[in-house]
Formats: sequence, structure tokens, C-alpha cells
Amino acid sequence: MIRISFMVCVAALAMWAGAARAEQGNVAVVRIAVLSQLVERPPALSNLEVPPDDSGLLGARMAIMENNTTGRFMKQRFELREKIVPVRGDVVAAFKELVGDGYRFIVANLSPGTLLRVADLPEAKEVLIFNAGAPDDILRNEQCRANILHTIPSRAMMADALAQYLAWKRWPEWFLVVGRRKEDRLFAGALKRAANRFGAKIVAEKVWAFGPDARRTAKLEVPVFTQGVDYDVLIAADEIGEFGEYLMYRTWEPRLVAGTQGLVPTTWDRAHEQWGSAQLQSRFLKTFKRWMNQLDYTVWAAIRAIGEGATRSRSNQFKDIADYIHSEKFVLAGFKGQKLTFRDWNGQLRQPILLATPKAVVSVSPQKRFLHQRTQLDTLGYDKPESICRLN
Amino acid sequence: MKISEIRGTGMRRVLIFAAVFCYGIAGAPAAETVTVYVSNEKDNTISVIDGDTYKVTATIPVGQRPRGIILSHDKTELYICASDSGHIEVLDLKTLKITKTLPSGPDPELFILHPTGNPLYVANEDDNMMTVIDVKKGTFITEVPVGIEPEGLGISPDGKVLVNTSETTNMAHFIDTQTYEVFDNVLVDTRPRVAMFTKDGRYIWVSSEIGGNVSVIDAKTRKVVEVIEFAIPGIRAEAIQPVGIQISGDGKIAFVALGPASRVAVVDAKTFEVKKYLLVGQRVWQLAFSPDESKLFTTNGVSNDVSVIDVKRLKVVKSITVGRFPWGVVVK
Repeated sequence: MIRISFMVCVAALAMWAGAARAEQGNVAVVRIAVLSQLVERPPALSNLEVPPDDSGLLGARMAIMENNTTGRFMKQRFELREKIVPVRGDVVAAFKELVGDGYRFIVANLSPGTLLRVADLPEAKEVLIFNAGAPDDILRNEQCRANILHTIPSRAMMADALAQYLAWKRWPEWFLVVGRRKEDRLFAGALKRAANRFGAKIVAEKVWAFGPDARRTAKLEVPVFTQGVDYDVLIAADEIGEFGEYLMYRTWEPRLVAGTQGLVPTTWDRAHEQWGSAQLQSRFLKTFKRWMNQLDYTVWAAIRAIGEGATRSRSNQFKDIADYIHSEKFVLAGFKGQKLTFRDWNGQLRQPILLATPKAVVSVSPQKRFLHQRTQLDTLGYDKPESICRLN
Repeated sequence: MKISEIRGTGMRRVLIFAAVFCYGIAGAPAAETVTVYVSNEKDNTISVIDGDTYKVTATIPVGQRPRGIILSHDKTELYICASDSGHIEVLDLKTLKITKTLPSGPDPELFILHPTGNPLYVANEDDNMMTVIDVKKGTFITEVPVGIEPEGLGISPDGKVLVNTSETTNMAHFIDTQTYEVFDNVLVDTRPRVAMFTKDGRYIWVSSEIGGNVSVIDAKTRKVVEVIEFAIPGIRAEAIQPVGIQISGDGKIAFVALGPASRVAVVDAKTFEVKKYLLVGQRVWQLAFSPDESKLFTTNGVSNDVSVIDVKRLKVVKSITVGRFPWGVVVK
């Protein structure tokens, strides 16, 4: 361990020295901001794995370090500004301040409504926003914007990824349990669409209305709740984790749980180790002493995309970098076994989706048997003919 | 060559075959046996294969996660990157016993020897460093900071220039082996893996796994002079992920392993034209010629085997089962 931290120090010093040297020889600076608004967290049902406060930010810092390692050879330097707005704070003012300070690349972790509000500001015309936090499909359809790219997969992509795997397993009969929040209904909608697309059937649908804490009562309630339905898999739509964890091992019939708990579609998981991701995982863990989570990954991907745009266009100018990212030449290496690219019709980053349990990756979608004329990745989420958005 | 193949092709072919075969015997140095060594990443073993009978003759337990392997200059020892053990192991090829370990820096993945046989240059994948080791004394010489996830290493035939690829920085770093200074950086396509000098030292071929192509860099000007692209009917473009490269000594023909496409591309090394794709095992990564370059051995990580390519006929002639996730391959 001593050796490792020593090496990290040496690398950091070398990087710093490299950056300092480059500065003397006309280094081009690219400024990137992360804009995040804190949300009031409902009391977590599980007292394990409380989402860390620096979720996303550490992904940003990792990506900036990586960009700067390349930058030191390209005479480019990447600077990060972290702007955290309190729960009832003024995001619009924060956004205007960032733009006023010369930030044109803004990675956002905002609610869909706030995201649209800043994207529609006159100040946002010459700004490229990366949505790293809102999975809402409406942002990829009716409410898409030309100045937003999405590195977080949409709910439809997640639901399709799960549906493909369940179809491959031939577990087509789903019992859908939906939470009481709006987000849960949106994910349930994505699951219904996915069931329809991949030949599954929702044989029962129930709303979990037993309140926010099922810790002491689930043992009695879940068996009755799931009684009398013939199904293959219990699918939970419970994004904040109010009850999903407590369905498992308590159903009337011995059945598996998937969806927001159990077997979960996600774009990043600590158990993911394929395609060189073991390197990114261990780099992250060594540097920050915690595992990389999904928000870290979507923010990381956004900043790496900007880095790639700057490296390949050999420029620090907004237009050059943005044009490169929007061009057909753009490719992001995202530790997913294939190149990641943006959909030109709605700005969504195409990406394989992991299907994970707490300690293992079970499979990665798209599943092989679902073919597509362009790329199999377009079997996940709203494909060009289905999307209402027409950016290109 | 299988008997059934000969039988099916007529007498004339048999005669040609016999002639070639006899010539082969007459032309080959006497009693030179060919031995293939393969590292099995997930089994922590080295498979030893008889290069003539294609039989696995020994399986040797080694350190954790063996990946890159290389022969010592005198071919009496095999150096093994035991990535998760964090050192390099030295296997005596007579006794097939590990005789010593070398310091390597953390997570050694691939390495290359100076043409004189010393020192050894090691890419430390987890550490953004390249470590230089004196193999005779077994000591650490220095380390050079490079890009993120350093991987492939190529050395010029005169030993003066070392080229190191970094997977996440997407560059080939040119390093002076006298001063250990990085004197140039060439941007290549996404996720570069292997760097290979042509024998005349004029070009460096660099494979880009996610970019899906091979960049040919002029060693003098350090400009990318050619990008070799691949396309296989019925195989999706994303599955074409070039890794291993071997270029024949006469500089005429090159082979590129295409990963999950499970093909090895045959490239005219003069015109850079792709001539043919050979179907091998699944997820083919590294390649190695036999000493006379008549055969090429490939490691196929997912199907756990080694494919043997007849270089003259450009045919895959054999598949040899080895351990789990075969990674590196060298031939003595």
C-alpha cells in the first residue's frame, strides 16, 4: 500500500510538473463545470450504502485527471469547477454565473424540469450541456434540446436491457409492483413498453401502498400481496428503494425479483470488471477510497467526451470541440467492450447496459439475438423511427 | 496437415506436398524442436505445447493473472508478467520451474527486451508508468511516467527507440532508451494495444482496439502514414477489435488479431491492403510466429484454445485446447 500511494504521488507530481512545464509553452485551457443540485433525500430504507455526497463529483475529478494526462502531451489543460446548488437554491443563477465566467461545457445533475429551464435560457445558446442525472425519456423525445447530450441512459434503455435478458431466459410473465412516486410510474411505463417490444406479458400490476418503511411488516404483507398470481418474475419499480429490497424471499411463490431491486439494469456497477474496466475501478478506488457508482460514471463519460473532442480536434475552442463531439468521427472508449457514440437524432449516448446483482454482473445487454441494421445498441431505448425528437 | 485433407486433393497435390515437406526437412536446422508457451490468465498457469505434434506437454502453475510472456535473449528462460502478484516470474525452460522473480512495479501487463537481451521494459497498467529492469542483476533501473493504462511496447531493431501505447490516453509515446525521455507522442485511434516495429525499423504498427483499426507510424517523421481498416461480411463493426500484430521478417505480410470478431486479418505489409480474414477461436488477442515463420499461433481467450495458422497456405490447420483465458504466446 505504501508503494502504491508513493506511485500515485509520483504520478501526480509528474502530472503537475508536466502541466507546469506546458503552461510556459502556451497551454490551451478547456473549462468544464459540473452543476448539481442537492435533493432532499427521503429516509433510506436500507441503512447500508447511503449514496455518498460526492456522487458524480469524484467521477468528474477522475475524468479531469485522465484528460489532463493526455493534455500534458497535447499542450491542453482541463479545469474543473464544481458548482453545488442547495436544495431550494437558484440553479438558474448558478448556471448564468458559470456561463458568465466562460464555462461552455456544463455537466448537469439536475431534475428534468430544472435541466430544461437552464437549457432554454438565452445564455445557454452557445453552451453544450451534458445530462448525467436525468433518465427521463421525455428529454429524449418531446422535450429534447439541441444543446443537451445525455450520458445517462434513459429509463427505456434500462427497461429494454432487462426485458431482452428476461426474453432470452424465457421468463415472459411479469408481475409488476409500482411504487407511489412519479418516477416509479415512469419506470413502470418504460417496463410496459419494453414488455411489449420484447414479447413479455404483464400478468399483474399492483401499487405498493403500504407506506415508506416495510422493514418490520414485509414478512406478513408481501406473501399476501403476491398471492394468487401465476408469474415468472416479480418486477419492482421503486427508484428510491422504499420497499423493493424487502420483496425478495418473501413472495408467496418462490420467484425472482428484478427491476429497481434484485437483478438491476445499470450503466455502471462495482462488480463490472470486463473490457479493461477493472483498471478504471481500481484506479478510482485507489484514488478516492470508494467505489465508482453510476452517477460517477455518467459524469466521467461526459468529461471524457469533452476531453476526446479537445484531443481529436486539437483545439480548446468551444465550436471545434462541440462539432467534433457531434460528428460521426466521435468515439468514446467507455470500458463497455465497444465504442460508445451519440445518437444523432436525440443526443443520447449509446451504451451497453449491465444487469447486476449486488455482487455480480449477470449479463450485459443488448443480448446477441436482438439484431439491428445499424448497431445492436439501438435495440435499447427509443430508436430513430420511434423517437419524436429530430435533432438531425 | 490432416491425412483426410491430402486424400481429398488428388495425387498432384500430394506430390507437391511431399516435395515441400521434404524441402522443409532438408532446409530446417537439424533437430530444432518448436515449443509454444501460452499464459492462461484465469488459470494462473503456462501451457507448454509441442509445436510439431500440437500436444500440450506440460501445464505449469505460476503467479496470479499471467498475461505478457517473453523469451530471454538466449531462449533458456521465459519471463512472465504475473499481473496480480505484482512481479515478473522467471521460468527455467529446461526444468520448467520458476527460479526467481524480478521487481516490476505494480500490475505488469506487457514487456519487451532490449535487442541485446537487457534491460527489460515493463508497462505497469494500473500505474501510468513504464518500469525498466536489469534482468541480469534482477534490479530496478528507473521508471518513466507515460499515459493512462500503458500497454503495448515496441522497440526499434537498433534498440534506441521504445514505443509505448497507453490505452486511455490514446497515444503512442516515443521514448529514448538512453535518456528515458519521452520525446514524442503520436495520437492514434481509441484504445491502442500493441506496438510493433517492422524489422527494418522504418514503421511502427499500432493496433487500436475500440477504434477498430491499425495505425502505421513512420519512425522518422512520427506521422501516421496509413490507417488500416477492417470489414468482415456478417460481422458487426463493433466486434472488430484489433490487438495482436505480427509482421514477417521480410516485411511482406502482416497478421492482425481482431478480438471478438474471432478472425485474424492477413495484410499485405507493403501496400497495407487486407488480403484475407482467417477464422480462428473466440476473442483472439496475441499472436506469435514459429522461428521459421511457417506457422502462426494465436491465443483465443473465450474459447480457451490456440489456433495454428499455416502461413504459406493461409489456412487455420489446428486448434489446441489450453487453460482458461489464454493471453500471451511465444514460440521457441
